[in-house]
This record gives sequence, C-alpha cells and structure tokens, in this order.
Amino acid sequence: MSLATFLQHCLTGISLGGAYALIAIGYTMVYGILRLINFAHGDLFMIAGYLMIFTLADFPWYIAIPIVLIGTVVIGIVIERLAYKPLRSAPRMSIMISAIGVSLLLQNLATYLFTALPRGYPEIPYLKRIFQFGTLSASFVTFLTPILTMVLVFLMVMMINKTKIGMAMRAVSKDYETAEIMGIKINSVVSFTFAIGSLLAAIGSILYFTDRMSVNPFSGSLPGLKCFVAAVLGGIGSIPGAMIGGFILGIGETFLVALGFSTFSDAFTFILLIVMLLVKPTGLFGEKATEKV
Amino acid sequence: MKKSTKTLFNIIAVSIILAILIFLEMNKRKFSYDISIIERSMIYAVAAVAMNLTNGFTGLFSLGQAGFMAIGAYTVALLTIPVEARAGVFYVTGMNEFLSKIELPFIPALLLGGLFAAILAGLIGIPVLRLKSDYLAIATLGFSEIIRSIIASPQLNMITNGSYGLKKIPRFSSIFVPIALCCLCILIIVLLINSSYGRAFKAIREDETAAEAMGINLFKHKLTSFMISSFFTGVAGGLLASYMGTIDSGTFKITLTYDILLIVVLGGMGSVTGSILGSFLVTAGREWLRFFDQPLKVGSWQVPLFRTGFRMVVFSVLLMVVVLFYSKGLMGSKEFSWEGLVRFFKNLFTRKQKLNGGVSNGK
Repeated sequence: MSLATFLQHCLTGISLGGAYALIAIGYTMVYGILRLINFAHGDLFMIAGYLMIFTLADFPWYIAIPIVLIGTVVIGIVIERLAYKPLRSAPRMSIMISAIGVSLLLQNLATYLFTALPRGYPEIPYLKRIFQFGTLSASFVTFLTPILTMVLVFLMVMMINKTKIGMAMRAVSKDYETAEIMGIKINSVVSFTFAIGSLLAAIGSILYFTDRMSVNPFSGSLPGLKCFVAAVLGGIGSIPGAMIGGFILGIGETFLVALGFSTFSDAFTFILLIVMLLVKPTGLFGEKATEKV
Repeated sequence: MKKSTKTLFNIIAVSIILAILIFLEMNKRKFSYDISIIERSMIYAVAAVAMNLTNGFTGLFSLGQAGFMAIGAYTVALLTIPVEARAGVFYVTGMNEFLSKIELPFIPALLLGGLFAAILAGLIGIPVLRLKSDYLAIATLGFSEIIRSIIASPQLNMITNGSYGLKKIPRFSSIFVPIALCCLCILIIVLLINSSYGRAFKAIREDETAAEAMGINLFKHKLTSFMISSFFTGVAGGLLASYMGTIDSGTFKITLTYDILLIVVLGGMGSVTGSILGSFLVTAGREWLRFFDQPLKVGSWQVPLFRTGFRMVVFSVLLMVVVLFYSKGLMGSKEFSWEGLVRFFKNLFTRKQKLNGGVSNGK
C-alpha cells in the first residue's frame, strides 16, 4: 500500500469514525443516566436520514437542516416519554426489551412508509465539493466531520462540567434516588439527555449519509450497534471516550475493507468489544465501576 | 381438582391434538399452509424455551440465539444434503474434498449440530459469562454477528458456500417428525428445570450472592445453563434448516434473535408453557394479520393505511403494548394448569356478574 492510498484510507476512516462518534455519544449519555442500551438510537439515526430526504425536497438546505435537527429531537423525546418513562421503576431487562421493541417498530414503520428499497440521499450544497491535495482527494464533508465532531465533543464536555443542567445530569447518573431527593427533576433531565443524544444522532446522520448516498429502513441497525460498541470501548459514560472509540472503529473498519476483508469488518467491531470487555471492562476512559449489590 | 380428573383432562387434550395432527397429515395437500405454521411454531417454541432457560430461569440476558441456530442449521444442512446433489449446491467453488463425502441421517446430524453449538457456547461462555446483564447481552449479540459474518465470508466458500447459501436440504417426511422432536426437546428442558440443577438456576436468578452463600458454584451453573440452552438452540436451528430447505447467512440475522426474545417476553419470562403459547401466537399472529397488507374497501370507501407493510407495523405496536402494559407477559412466571384455566374462566364470568351488579346498583 503506497503512502498516498494509506493517507486516503486514513481520511475516510477518520470521517467515518467522526460520524460513529457522534452517535456513540448519544448511547453513552443515555446509558450513563438510565443504564439502558437504547437499541432504538440507531433507528432514530435512520429516521433522521429519511427526514432529510423529504425536507430537502421542499426546502433549501439552510431551512431543511434545522427542521431535520428539531424533528429528530422531538421524535427522540417522544420515544423516551412513551416507551421508557412508564418503565422507570421496572427491572432493567424490561426497559431494554422495550428499546428493542421501539427499534423494531421504527424499522417496520419506515418499511411501511418509505418501502424497503434504498432511497437516494440528497446532495447538500458545499458538502460534496471535492478538494484536491496532490494525489489526495476528498470531499468537504470528509474534513468537516472530524472537526465538527471535536467541536461538539468539546461543547458537550463543557456543558456537563460547567452548567447547571450538566451538574444535574452527573448527579442523576451517580445516584438516581438521592438526586431526586435533592430536588432534581429527573424526568426533565432524562428528556434533556435524549434531546442532546437525538440532536447528535441527527448531525451524525447528515454527515454519514452524505458519504453513503442512500438510506434504507435497516441502515440504522448495524451502525447503531457498532456505535454502542464504540461507546463501550471508550468507557461508558465518558464523552471523549466515545469519540476515541468511534475513531478507532471507523479507522479499523476502513482498513479492513481496504485490505479485502470486508465481510469481517462487522466481526472486527465485536471482537474488539469482547477483547475490551475482558481486558478492561470499564473501557479506555471509563470510571471505576462501583457495583451495587 | 382431583389427580385422576387432571390425568383424564391430559389424556383428552393429548388425544385431541394427536387427532388433529393425524387429520392434517392425511390431508397434507389441502392443509400445507396450516402444517407449515404449526411446524414453524413448534421449532420457534424449542428455541424460545431454550432461551427461557438462560434468560428466564437463570437470569442471564443472552442474545446469541441466532448464532447458535446458524451453527445447528449449517451442521445439519452440510451433513444431510444428498451427496449427489452437492455439486449442484456448491456450483461456484466446489465443496471441500473431505466434507463432500460425509453424509449422515437426520437425527445424528441434528445431535451433532446441537453438540457443536454447545461446545462453542462453552468456549464463549468461559470468558463472557463473567460479564453482567447488559454487557453480557451485547457481547453475545456480538458473537452471533461474528458467527454470521464468518459463515458468509468468501474465505469459507468451500465449506459454507459463503453468501450463496445452502439448498436442497432434505425436508421432513411427515408432520410427526418435527413435532415429536420438538416435544422431546421441551420435555428434556422441563425435566432439567425441575431437577436440582433447575432449582440452583432459579436461586442464581433471584440473588447471586445468596445463591453463592448457599454453596452453589455460580460459574459452573451459569455455564451449564448456557451450554444446555445453546445445545437446544442449535437443535432448533437444525430443525429450522430442514423446515426451510434453503438457508443462507441472512436467515440468521439479529432479527431472528429478537423474534425469539419477543416470543419469550410475550409468553412470560420464566414460563415454559408461556413460551410455547407465545410462539404459536407470534407465528400465527403474523399470518392472521396478513389482511392488513391487502387494500380494503368498505362499500365504495377505500380504507386508508391498508397496504404492504402495515401488518408488521400493527404487529410491532401490539408487541409494544404487551411490553408496556403487560410486562409480565401472558403467563408471568406461572405454568399452565387445569386449575388455572378453570379459575381464568370463572374470573371472566364473575367479573361480568360484578359489572352487571354495578350497573344495576347505579340505577
């Protein structure tokens, strides 16, 4: 592999990893607060893709993008209110099964509304413009993704550490009941977490699908699982960790595909997960787990 | 209820079921659709009961079902496809020299399929079973995805035929073969659950620390439960291969695991009869809801919403309703009993009476 192709793959990998990172943050935040693997998060990401297709058909891009972001956030909050909130005090297994149910429902709904055939993802102006650096060529979105990801991660970390709502989120994730006694409105904190997670999933979906060109009802499920793996790799509950995990997965996968092992690229993710869970179950940046008996 | 009446009821129920099966077998042509639904339900019931053994009785949330089913299915398929037909199946790369000469009858192949699944479960279980609830779920889910992508990989074309899948797997000769095998599997699992092992599993589910304090070797019992469950999941996969006649790696996607999980949840975690009931309801329910997929006209008014795909939407909404409002499932952790059935009807009746009484008092 020559240096030029190597760098080219690095660029693609970093760009893919950035999109993964944005989705992984959604997982890590929800898991940090509710201890729930939100299986529907990947499907929300797919729904955001479809929303973009339909809004961009009627509106210019600078109106369409805010509509997509707000729409996805609203759907995310509605899912939380309808499917997770009634199970707040139920065992963890039931809420996880509810998440699987929502994921199935979103997939079936998308198949029903938009058919199972893949739909072309519209081109957003400026994002697809090609830049040329010597022998390297890449579209604007390839550069935008990692930069935007890092900026967003920085903002998230600031929010969690410096603002009042961030403090409330940390409190809820540490101890649910004590936080409630201290007067924190659990429901609004959880809704806020879902809103942020959905917002990032929507941004991730714009970046991811601009590169992939098409959306189908199942295009969210596998990336969704992979992003959860990314979150575990980085350490559940840690936002910078989720970003690093996303980049590791994105780059690793791109190189496996480049070397001709494309069928193993999905397996690679899970092998990485299992190795990580065995060697360092708390992930790269995770806090030490305090297991409550 | 007296024991003799219960036995009588049991004998009547079994003979009615047998009579129905014999009737269906005699009119195979006419009822092929119903037969295929019954067979599929029974196969799913085995997988669901096996899943219940780990998830409902031992409290290990494992989501690796599709992978173990794939192993069982591929073992059975590779060993039972007639030798003459193999060249036609492996038309792309040809089959591995050594494997292409081995052909086994169905039952030994099925056992071998289950055995392979159990051995693999043992290997996986040693590292993975140390993990707790949702981490275990995602790790087993990952394993099943790894198995699937290994099966589909072009590097294994000579053995699994890669992404082309396997065809010409011999079908069941009659409806009795799958039903008898499924009943036998479920019976063995029930016997296991009622043994001292089963009680140990339940103790682990209720409280690991307490169970350990009572002298139960946690790891050994978890591994036993996981391996036995995988054995029967592999057997269910083998039966599925023979039922479908054609399999490829796409058959064993995560969706298959979710299907079985939803059966278990619908029937009730920790109830064997619930799982069987759930599997019939889910499999048949998908078929009953088929009218949602056809356009419907009432008079000259075209009912909106009715078109392809609506069935699955309704189906998933129904499942969500069950998960949210009847989180214990149909049976909870109870088992079917004649007394329970009688009580159920009595309750229905008395509730109606009470309602009627309430109305008359209001007047």
